[in-house]
Amino acid sequence: MDFSTLIQILDSTMRLATPLLLACLAGLFSERSGIFDIGLEAKMLISAFFSAAVAYDTGSVWLGLLAGIAASMVFAAIHGVASITFRGNQLISGVALNFLASGMTVLIAQNWFQQGGRTPSLLGKARFEPLTLPFADALSDVPVLGPIYSELLSGHSILVYVALLAVPATYWVLYRTRFGLRLRAVGENPAAVDTAGVSVIGLRYAAVAIAGLLCGIAGAYLATGLQAGFVKDMTAGRGYIALAALIFAKWRPWYALSACLLFGLLQALALRTDVVEAIFPFRMPVQLLDSLPYILTVVILAGFVGKAIPPRAGGQPYVKER
Amino acid sequence: MKDLAENSGQPPGAAPNAPPAIELRGISKAFGPVQANKDISLKVAKGAIHGIIGENGAGKSTLMSILYGFYKADRGEILINGKPTEIPDSQAAIAAGIGMVFQHFKLVENFTVLENVVLGAEEGALLRPTLAKARKHLTEIAEEYEMNVDPDALIEEIGVGQQQRVEILKSLYRHADILILDEPTGVLTPAEADHLFRILRGLRDEGKTIILITHKLREIMEVTDTVSVMRRGEMTATVKTAETSPEQLAELMVGRKVLLRVDKKPAQPGKTILKVEDLRVVDDDKVERLKGVSFEVRAGEILGIAGVSGNGQSELLEVLGGMMPATGRVEINGEAIDLTGKHSDGRSRRKRGIAHVPEDRQAEGLIMDFAAWENVAFGYQWDPAYNKGWLMDNAGIREDTAGKMERFDVRPPHAHLAAKSFSGGNQQKIVLAREIERNPDLLLVGQPTRGVDIGAIEFIHQRIIELRDAGKAILLVSVELDEIMGMSDRIAVMFDGRIMGERLPGETNEGELGLLMAGVTSGEGKA
Repeated sequence: MDFSTLIQILDSTMRLATPLLLACLAGLFSERSGIFDIGLEAKMLISAFFSAAVAYDTGSVWLGLLAGIAASMVFAAIHGVASITFRGNQLISGVALNFLASGMTVLIAQNWFQQGGRTPSLLGKARFEPLTLPFADALSDVPVLGPIYSELLSGHSILVYVALLAVPATYWVLYRTRFGLRLRAVGENPAAVDTAGVSVIGLRYAAVAIAGLLCGIAGAYLATGLQAGFVKDMTAGRGYIALAALIFAKWRPWYALSACLLFGLLQALALRTDVVEAIFPFRMPVQLLDSLPYILTVVILAGFVGKAIPPRAGGQPYVKER
Repeated sequence: MKDLAENSGQPPGAAPNAPPAIELRGISKAFGPVQANKDISLKVAKGAIHGIIGENGAGKSTLMSILYGFYKADRGEILINGKPTEIPDSQAAIAAGIGMVFQHFKLVENFTVLENVVLGAEEGALLRPTLAKARKHLTEIAEEYEMNVDPDALIEEIGVGQQQRVEILKSLYRHADILILDEPTGVLTPAEADHLFRILRGLRDEGKTIILITHKLREIMEVTDTVSVMRRGEMTATVKTAETSPEQLAELMVGRKVLLRVDKKPAQPGKTILKVEDLRVVDDDKVERLKGVSFEVRAGEILGIAGVSGNGQSELLEVLGGMMPATGRVEINGEAIDLTGKHSDGRSRRKRGIAHVPEDRQAEGLIMDFAAWENVAFGYQWDPAYNKGWLMDNAGIREDTAGKMERFDVRPPHAHLAAKSFSGGNQQKIVLAREIERNPDLLLVGQPTRGVDIGAIEFIHQRIIELRDAGKAILLVSVELDEIMGMSDRIAVMFDGRIMGERLPGETNEGELGLLMAGVTSGEGKA
């Protein structure tokens, strides 16, 4: 494998890791507040559809992004009402939303565009164009560092950079602000937050809303950045891989970045069978690469690589008790 | 808040002309058909320690939850320093200068002490400046009231006594002038409880008002200035502590005369039932919990194991009950039992005549969501009397349970109710009925009266004594020294996985046992 192939694979890793990373951070906010969110997939999918549909109709990718975020946040609100206000089972609510999104998007797409449950291909301003970072062209001839800068780091859509910046932002919010302290506390012991005079319900809704926002961006990126339009079930399990990454990352922002890059790399390799054949002396089935994120997560959960301790109050609705 | 500021300038101790710190007028609260509080009125003077005593379910906690904004009273009025105050939520209670230390601490385990104190009372949106300021303030309060805790220690790494101090510091940090403590000594050692009482007296002398909720008469007598008694949702009396006696308070609580001392005949020990030699246990974390324990229990006697919790008593019970493997030798009726855990479990122990009332009845003694009759069958589900061919004889078990519940005065006597819907005392009676009515040769019983009302304590003690008088051997583990002193025919004290010594209850006192519990043998203690 030569240097340019390596750059190509890493470049594709960046792009594939972006939706994972956004969804993973969404899950991080939600689960840190004590609300399990198995419906990351649903929120991404509904956002992918509405962002593509609105971007196509209006010709503006930004309006598409807004529509995607709005749709995702509506789903987040449903999850919030079910699991926070009505204290329902968070896993069931999430699974229900996943089914709802999967069926609903195809149905509406068929009704709207009559193209077999997909949106028409997006062109021009209806897609996120790659951004060229300053001096990318000028520096591209510098050996080693040049290609890394101009091909690997430069030339992605703006949402890729948003996702990368979301990592330090999440870290800062979580560990440096009052909101973060309360958020972490409410996922560990909501009674402590409640008796301290802070609203458990308010905090959890805020966390779920942030999760909706991030999933909305992730879904819009899928349909208008990574690809050009919506197709049926285009999230393809990314919500679950993001959850796996969250466990892999032990619910921490910087670890989430590494986990998502690793899982993104596995996805990138799965797309490049020629490279995989060159690296491994035996025939490596692509399916194995696809399933590696889950296998690694099981390894982590089994405690082989340190302990992954989830937020203690995760999954339990809060009921006031003396 | 304004009133509080004006009053705080007054000298410590009770201020005669000031309005009461807390006045409740006609508070009533019902949960469905259950009237938890009936027309309760109460005045607590500023700068006093006021005790509220009553059995479990008497409505003490409900009343305090109303005062802390957890519940809203159906009727009635709350006056703080003479001013009518609405307390719809915890925030309002904090603003009114009320702090509460719950029985189960409300702390975030993986946060530091400082973070827990600050949580909800942060001074700005950013943490760093808030924490720096709080650290200084916290150190000042901690020094003022002699409550040293390391602000950077994680809650999960400090002991319960320290955790309780963090709860108190949390309230003081929020400028509480009224401090409510709900059963604060339940988790503390005698020494820690003494320390807590010193802190409370110090707070009172600074002019704080303290409400202490407890069901332990001794604490009321020791630390309070005035005391109110609650029974079945009503406030039955408010008296000055100096003018009352434990006997009178007990009678007010239960509504009839109660024997505070256990009434029993001298023991008539027979042959050795249980013989334990050099018992050793290493737990999952490779810590040695039992370091060579040897003792005997004979028929017709109660051996009481005293000690501060966590010194190996729990492990001792678990090993004998078949819940944990060990090394050493244990004989029951002269026959060795298998300690490796490979061929032994609770069931084989029960077949050998060992009955076990575990320390934690809610985790090990009962399945809380299951009905009383199902719980009565647990451990004895193999009994032919409970089976009809291949199937369980559910009707038969229910009938058997109804009889047990009647004989053990379980209230309400409904076999179909889930275990969790009974009070602590009645849950314990269900476990005791199941184990004692099997007529075991040896009864292992851990913390038989933890969280149990006075009336039920009397009953439980009598049943255990009756079993002893029927010629059975009893191993009693308890952290309540009163219980050990009152019940045991011999007392063994455990410390750090060893038995420090054996004493006869008539020839020892709490001071000597307390020293043994702290690991000081009597020779050193006198020196």
